[in-house]
Amino acid sequence: MSETVQAAAPTATQANVVRPLTGNEAIARGAWEAGVKVAAAYPGTPSTEILETIAEFPAEHLHAQWSTNEKVALDVAIGASFAGRRALAAMKHVGLNVAADAFMSQTYIGVNGGLVLAVCDDPGIHSSQNEQDTRIYGSLATVPVLEPSDAQEALDFTRLAFDLSEQFDTPVIVRSTTRLSHTRSPVMVGERNEPPQRPFIEKPSKNVMIPAYARPRHGAVLEREARLKAYFAESDINRWEDDSGDTSFGVITAGTCYPYVREVLPDANVLKLGASWPLPDDLLRRYCESVDRIFVVEELEPVIEKEVRALGFAVEGKCFFPRAGELSPEVVRAGFEKAGVLEAQPRESNWTPEPLVRPPVLCAGCPHTSSFMAVRASGARVAGDIGCYTLACLDPLRGMDTTVSMGSSIGNAVGMAKAGETKPVVATIGDSTFLHAGIPQLINAVYNEANIAVLLLDNHITAMTGGQQHPGTGKNIREDAAPSIDYEALVRACGVKWVRKVDSYDLAAVHQNLRDAINYRGVAVLIADRPCVLDPVKIKGPTFEVVGEQCNACQACMNLGCPAITWSDQTFEGRHKVQIDPGLCIGCTLCAQVCTVDCIKTTAPVTQ
Amino acid sequence: MRDPAATLDPSPTAPKLPDSVQETCNVLIVGVGGQGVIMVSKVLALLAQSQGFEVKQSEVHGMAKRGGSVFSHVRFGKRVWSPTIPKGDVDILVALEWAEGLRWLPYLKRGKGTFICDTKRIVPPFACLNRQPGAAMRYSKETPADVVAHVGDTYAIDATNMAEQLGNERAANVVLLGALSTALQFPTVDWERTVSEFVPKKTIQINREAFRRGRRWIEEARTSVPAIDMPAPPAPAAAPHRISLEIIPEWCKSCDICVKMCPERCLRLDDDRIVELSEPEKCTGCRLCEWLCPDFAIRVHLDAPEALAG
Repeated sequence: MSETVQAAAPTATQANVVRPLTGNEAIARGAWEAGVKVAAAYPGTPSTEILETIAEFPAEHLHAQWSTNEKVALDVAIGASFAGRRALAAMKHVGLNVAADAFMSQTYIGVNGGLVLAVCDDPGIHSSQNEQDTRIYGSLATVPVLEPSDAQEALDFTRLAFDLSEQFDTPVIVRSTTRLSHTRSPVMVGERNEPPQRPFIEKPSKNVMIPAYARPRHGAVLEREARLKAYFAESDINRWEDDSGDTSFGVITAGTCYPYVREVLPDANVLKLGASWPLPDDLLRRYCESVDRIFVVEELEPVIEKEVRALGFAVEGKCFFPRAGELSPEVVRAGFEKAGVLEAQPRESNWTPEPLVRPPVLCAGCPHTSSFMAVRASGARVAGDIGCYTLACLDPLRGMDTTVSMGSSIGNAVGMAKAGETKPVVATIGDSTFLHAGIPQLINAVYNEANIAVLLLDNHITAMTGGQQHPGTGKNIREDAAPSIDYEALVRACGVKWVRKVDSYDLAAVHQNLRDAINYRGVAVLIADRPCVLDPVKIKGPTFEVVGEQCNACQACMNLGCPAITWSDQTFEGRHKVQIDPGLCIGCTLCAQVCTVDCIKTTAPVTQ
Repeated sequence: MRDPAATLDPSPTAPKLPDSVQETCNVLIVGVGGQGVIMVSKVLALLAQSQGFEVKQSEVHGMAKRGGSVFSHVRFGKRVWSPTIPKGDVDILVALEWAEGLRWLPYLKRGKGTFICDTKRIVPPFACLNRQPGAAMRYSKETPADVVAHVGDTYAIDATNMAEQLGNERAANVVLLGALSTALQFPTVDWERTVSEFVPKKTIQINREAFRRGRRWIEEARTSVPAIDMPAPPAPAAAPHRISLEIIPEWCKSCDICVKMCPERCLRLDDDRIVELSEPEKCTGCRLCEWLCPDFAIRVHLDAPEALAG
């Protein structure tokens, strides 16, 4: 059964037991144990489960919230820190770009209550738009970056991060990656220790960043960096592992690369760094002088490698271990083989079946399907956005020309229209993405009198990340009732005169209304309205079936890209007829609507 | 009544449970989003932990939930380093879908690994995109016999069908767990107890039966090779036709329905706003335009190969 239920596990708050936790669960647990009072996030793979786990702790311990975007989440956490409480903001790597404005100021201001950012990178781009390296934000903001290598360290380092934040008056980043966030390993959990509220620091020269106050704070930040370097040089979060006594070569590594190094070189001489920023010069010097050859194994950018080279050591890193993509034991082994440290393993050619192409697809019955059928038929230039519906750029829907970042669609559409794009211009944006970063974009479109149509794909949930609540769903992170945004009123308040709502499962109405929206001169907003078929409740209606004898294999239904519809063994004029998998079909009726010979029928008994 | 599953010995080729620091047991579980891959791996991880091993279980989800390829690595032993299993080090590969099993076969330990695979086929929409007459479905061609010829310890098991017979297709992953249990020396009672913790209460009985059927199937498979009933994917239809479009310009009223609905996007309106076939090589003769045209202005001609030969 795929609907897993919670195993008979210890209660959430039970302490001093070993429990299997994912990296994300361990970060959440560490924050709870550190006495975090306010935690905020916008969902984003691979970071989403951090806040979901925190929200399972009692409401009297802490306030948890889904914020409308990562900058809002960080600002909320910063506010809690000002108020003298420990606070956490969690986000994926690109979320920190959104929050970067607040982050870059807060590094000057520092903290009152401990302030920790849990940032999850996605090397290998499993579910993101890029694979940027968050550690570089550490050097940009002069903020310490702790890098746990397993779930136990994820918990321990998160607790430590709150202590360091208060001790050194700085925000602290705990950096995870997909592999750590989504790997479950045993963790010894502890008790919650909630420090008392600190009094508000009534000192504008620390908390208000006007130029006159910001200049001296920059000096304070640089002085803080020197103290942090000294601290990390002595800290036991670094491990100098030279039990083998081998000084022919040494490996400097951190975070999730450490277990890969140990997998392929169990007995090597290793310096495992607990923090990848700022780096302890003294420790690095002593280590480099103790070995003949120095390797740095790190994922993505050569952050540590550059620092070691700047200290004057001949270090080898990115020449053997790639800068792009996720590391793995195989990749690390290949690097050490190339470096001559490991014997090349014989890789005799084995029988390899040709793999089947299986990209992710929109679910059977996905309400986005009809929108992109209509968008494709409209012949418009389409600026897309981030969400499940980005998958509509693939065959057979192929209804999207561009996707940049959260909320970009509307601004991109305005630019295309103003630049003289000859086709009509449509922006497609999901409900959660619209609330995240789309509203200023829409106001800008109205203000600058752009001629675009905006298709607001309202599926009543943050679907891509697994179904999180947002301000339009009427529920908060703890699933309690919450105020709900009225999109029509909101869009009208932004100054849009042409606003209509349409049922996503009424294909003709979607086509007709989109055509009207495109024909309207000015900003038109069409809201395509139907809940996601997976979340918050799994939708299952009477299924449909194909009357095989009538099917003329025209493939009109195949153009939906519905995973429930596949080819049958029968053919018509050399083309495959279709069949519907009743296990996957949810009864959305779209295929029956497009069928040219009316051979797709419901299995539900027809009642008068 | 004697529990038939309780007396079953592990396969002679099954990997031994790790008993030293150097050894790690590597199980890779793969399938399609929504099949229950993660549940299988959680059961194994929890069970291995309860037997005193250090366990790492690593998965990738997110986009994968949308019907894509899903995998989960489970490693256990006295000390486990990497959360992922290096290529070629998998002791047991459990696949919930046929083509997904084939995809991960290169990860199996050469000559030593055990392959347990549901013969269930989930054909993605991507495999059905070529609408040319006679085009084949793009699904893996390898049959269980091909795999047996290359991978020694292979079990191609019709788990989905077995689960359907029990009245719940979704219990197929538990059938495979039963099969997997024969390859690892954990006590059966612990397996069944752990499975029960992960399934909805009202389905505990059906899942227990699914688990036992999986075990029993492997037992029978070891004594006599079962006939695997797995028909090949639908064969290509007739050989290609020559395709031509007959357009009656006088009847076309420029509504452009055909242009908008053409799946291959090979129609357009010409300067006089009359439909024309702009990219004949793309046309598959699907007749969608013919059927949709409200004015009968398009007719599709498919000349059979015999006519071409003549």
